Amino acid sequence: MNVFEKMTMLDRRWVYLFLAVVVTFAYLFRNDFSVPVTVTSEVESIYQFIEDLDPGDKILISFDYDPNSLAELHPMARAILLHAFRTDVKVLGVTLSQYGSTMVEELLRNGVEESRELYGIEKKYGEDYCFLGYRPYPALVILGMGQNFRIYFPEDYYNNPLDSLPIMDRVRNYDDVKCVLVLTSGTTGDWWIVYGNAKYDMPLALGVTGVMASDFYPYLGNAIFGLIGGWKGAAEYEKLVGEEHDATAGMPAQVAAHLTIILFILIGNIGYYLSRRKTQTDL
Amino acid sequence: MQDTPFIELLWTTLGAILTLATFSFLYKDNPFYKFAEHLVVGVSAGYFFVLLIHTSLIPTLFNRIFDGNYAYIIPGLLGLSMWFRFSKKLAWVSRYPIACYIGIGSGVALPLYMYNNVNRQLTSTLDLTLGVGSGTEFWNIIIVLGVLAALIYFFFSKEHKGAFGGFAKVGIYILMIGFGASFGYTVMARISLFVQRIASLQEWVNMLSDYVS
Repeated sequence: MNVFEKMTMLDRRWVYLFLAVVVTFAYLFRNDFSVPVTVTSEVESIYQFIEDLDPGDKILISFDYDPNSLAELHPMARAILLHAFRTDVKVLGVTLSQYGSTMVEELLRNGVEESRELYGIEKKYGEDYCFLGYRPYPALVILGMGQNFRIYFPEDYYNNPLDSLPIMDRVRNYDDVKCVLVLTSGTTGDWWIVYGNAKYDMPLALGVTGVMASDFYPYLGNAIFGLIGGWKGAAEYEKLVGEEHDATAGMPAQVAAHLTIILFILIGNIGYYLSRRKTQTDL
Repeated sequence: MQDTPFIELLWTTLGAILTLATFSFLYKDNPFYKFAEHLVVGVSAGYFFVLLIHTSLIPTLFNRIFDGNYAYIIPGLLGLSMWFRFSKKLAWVSRYPIACYIGIGSGVALPLYMYNNVNRQLTSTLDLTLGVGSGTEFWNIIIVLGVLAALIYFFFSKEHKGAFGGFAKVGIYILMIGFGASFGYTVMARISLFVQRIASLQEWVNMLSDYVS
């Protein structure tokens, strides 16, 4: 039995351990590596869309994820928020994830604080941004919001009547926002496409977890105008905004992990090939 | 003595312990993992129950009925009738809300799904003029051929031989490329989660050393 065949018999826990060590070291020593981030057209189109908006224009961001996917989607949410605040685009926030509301509330507060620290601009709740909160049954909420946001959200997250918020003045439904950006880790991406874009035809873009990204590429150009896929997409957006943060910091670890997995796949395949050849020779 | 508030350190420590307890499953199933798993399920279920009352029942049902919109009594009664499932004799009553739900749901969903998942996808796939002039003409042809090859692979009424078999083989490669892209993205997703936990553990160690010193 040669070394490749022995490695195919290796207890999988050694593989986990090896990968964990590689990723941990690559993350801890991230400043010693430089990973170039190439911006793709599907991410740039979202950036350009926001960049081309006039100050005071409004966008709706649906943060449809929970703390389980925070690691993947928070970096892109942060970058988009900073971009919107910097360009004076007003943000209407909502979440269709049951565990998302407190997390999104904190994200918005942090976004306001960061834009104050980074750009010296002050954003006021109710005027420059608002958070509608959470309502269950996403498909129904998406359909209802197409008629009037107030059907499902008569009040915002803080129990303020929607009509008392200046940002909601003359905002009735999707026709009154420039686009809908959906950051999702679940099935709401499909629902926003079917019940939102297919029915109401509003400009829609998605930010999704890595696992889901390849499923949404067929919708590019027909249902969605942009797509941010996982950390790589988030790192691209961070680069465009010029605020490189968590996603960019994780890129060396991503490269190290992918190289390690490719190495293991090669070893496994060589071992499999050799053992199969040996079996055929023995027969 | 220290800048880190004790309560913040306490929560971060709890998070770190639960993270390590969850990772311990990679070695083998154990009571620490079980505790973390049950804690998440229990807290999530309790949280969602209370959340449903405050975000659904109170604002969209009770408040509207109390405001004089008595039509909302009808969906309220339909919802209540779901509880008849617990009675063997009266379980049939619960079929009415289910019938309403499925009937309305299908009526709304079918045309939209047909338009989005069939019409729009077919148009986008077969439209060779899409993006002409932007250098994507070659890839438009590849997409059409790739879709046809992948579909032929799943066509089992004719034996995969000759040119037909060759095209089906191309279909396998197309599918493999698709699966490979999904796998690569999945690796990225899982590593992202792991790195975030490493960052969290690093933050915990820093807080702890800051607190101790």
